[in-house]
Amino acid sequence: MRTAAAAVVAVWLMGAGARAADLAAGAGRAPTDTTAIVMFAGFVLLTLGITAWAARRTRTASDFYAAGGSITGFQNGVAISGDFMSAASFLGISAMVYAAGFDGLLYSIGFLVGWPIIMFLMAERLRNLGRYSLADVASYRLSAVPVRSFAAVSSLVVVAFYLIAQMVGAGQLIQLLFGLPYSSAVLIVGVLMILYVTFGGMIATTWVQIIKAVLLLLGATYMAFAALAHFGFSINALFDAAVAAHPRKAAILSPGLQFKNPISTVSLGVALMFGTAGLPHILMRFFTVSDAREARKSVFWATSFIGYFYILTFVIGFAAISMVGQDPAYVTKGAVHGGSNMVAIHLADAVGGGVLKGFVSAVAFATILAVVSGLTLAGAAAVSHDLYASVVMRGRLTEGREVVVSRVATVVLGVLAIGLGLAFEKQNVAYMVGLAFAVAASANFPVLLLNMYWRRFNTTGAVLGGWLGLVSAVALTVLSPGIWVKVLGNHAAVFPYDNPALFSMPLGFVGCWLGSVLTQNSPQARTEAARYEGLYVRSQTGIGAEGAVSH
Amino acid sequence: MDDQASARLRASPAFMELERSRGALGLGLTAAILVIYFGFVGLVAFAPGVAGTPVWGTMTLGFPLGLGVILSAIVLTGVYVLRANGSFDALTRQVVEEAR
Repeated sequence: MRTAAAAVVAVWLMGAGARAADLAAGAGRAPTDTTAIVMFAGFVLLTLGITAWAARRTRTASDFYAAGGSITGFQNGVAISGDFMSAASFLGISAMVYAAGFDGLLYSIGFLVGWPIIMFLMAERLRNLGRYSLADVASYRLSAVPVRSFAAVSSLVVVAFYLIAQMVGAGQLIQLLFGLPYSSAVLIVGVLMILYVTFGGMIATTWVQIIKAVLLLLGATYMAFAALAHFGFSINALFDAAVAAHPRKAAILSPGLQFKNPISTVSLGVALMFGTAGLPHILMRFFTVSDAREARKSVFWATSFIGYFYILTFVIGFAAISMVGQDPAYVTKGAVHGGSNMVAIHLADAVGGGVLKGFVSAVAFATILAVVSGLTLAGAAAVSHDLYASVVMRGRLTEGREVVVSRVATVVLGVLAIGLGLAFEKQNVAYMVGLAFAVAASANFPVLLLNMYWRRFNTTGAVLGGWLGLVSAVALTVLSPGIWVKVLGNHAAVFPYDNPALFSMPLGFVGCWLGSVLTQNSPQARTEAARYEGLYVRSQTGIGAEGAVSH
Repeated sequence: MDDQASARLRASPAFMELERSRGALGLGLTAAILVIYFGFVGLVAFAPGVAGTPVWGTMTLGFPLGLGVILSAIVLTGVYVLRANGSFDALTRQVVEEAR
């Protein structure tokens, strides 16, 4: 069975299977698409201009990590939706709907429902407690060195797996969309990302994300409406045509083509829902708005745009089943030209010709660029703000030095990402995004949540639970079919389910509880419980927060 | 803020009202989205046949339910923002004033 957690990535990464489909379809590297390249060049010029503008406004650490708290709730909401409308969502989910029909919906919904949880339990408190990184919140009342070390490592693990998946996906996708060689695609993405983040910090990263989100929403809206118009705006006509065209016929309207094991399906649901609430590059965005009120607004706008976008991708995927799947211009003997990830691009061509296809390809490239920039910034914050400034230098670092260190960290991470992108070119990296979500749900989420809600939570609990969640999520993923069988070539998986979150997240919580309860009478634990008072009042009111409401 | 000040603040009626109303709304809405989402995932995982029942032409039950989950996520966050922008912010301002 296909690795459920990884399937969406597998589809868009065009791993080994899709490569084979590629060759079967007789399509090597795509011919150079001039329209797409010209449009992409326009995007790059515009965003570099914004970076130059942002660079003049990026002086302090707060500017660099958090755009000086100057982003409005609406802008932040669009930027957050941009982080979620990745190439994986757009091309991957439409490809999954194209292949498996109904089951594609599960991913979209899972990605979306993390947002209400963030809104109801976390957004305002995060804004009131944090400054630049997740670890700020976690170490608010707990012992800084062990908690920051854990939070930084766990953030870096999430960022690294996410980043590798994006870089490899970028290389393979751009090779197909633009006809550029894999290595130059990875280099272009890496260099542009370093420029945006190093010079423009969070201000540039946010605006790059906003511009791309607007372009992607416009493109996807046009595609979905044009496709619906093709079916006379009748959703049943769309379904009928899809059922007639798909080899599995009416089965595409029921669950089960993609996700066959119920425990795996539920476990994936847990990872998607709670993983979102532990992703460092996403939660970092809450520090870019001025107060809790704006943080709330950003979640509402983000949820609305992401929800709308997923409805669009669903229409696009279903329309593609008949409009792309039956057209010999795009499909030969059941194999989509360029791999199944290309269905959305082919549909753009079908409904809007070469210009729309070029536009959508350029936006897909821009999407990867914007997402990797946000990831790199979150990674740089973990390295410079948490590991270097707090753990190595024990807080004895001037703010100016910290910004320099974070810029150096950005360049190092960017070079590393390019290197990893090149190194993993031929590897199956399909499990990586699923793993990133599982780690976020099992390690970051329990520590963050309990720190904000449970008085008796202490450093021992955070360290035990955090590491237990991190290690178990990684270990169970290694033992799952996605790595144990598909990457390592063993016959049967030790851990039978595709996503570990259903087991590793409770382990994280149990570790947090056990560590806290066992040491609750130690002097340190008592001090930390006493400090909860101050944390609680600040989390509720924002008094004393960065850029606080009390002015 | 020192411990005495936060203790005084916690005992203020405005703070307790903020704490109570926001806590109740947050937990209630969290419970609602958990039930909606895991109800949907559970149905799809354990009773795929039910989700695959045609309800309108060829359209099966799963589609309106899935769309309903997406829309309820948007509506519930909207409800929270409406409530919060009204009463919570007013209470927060009151607490902040008292803290001066």
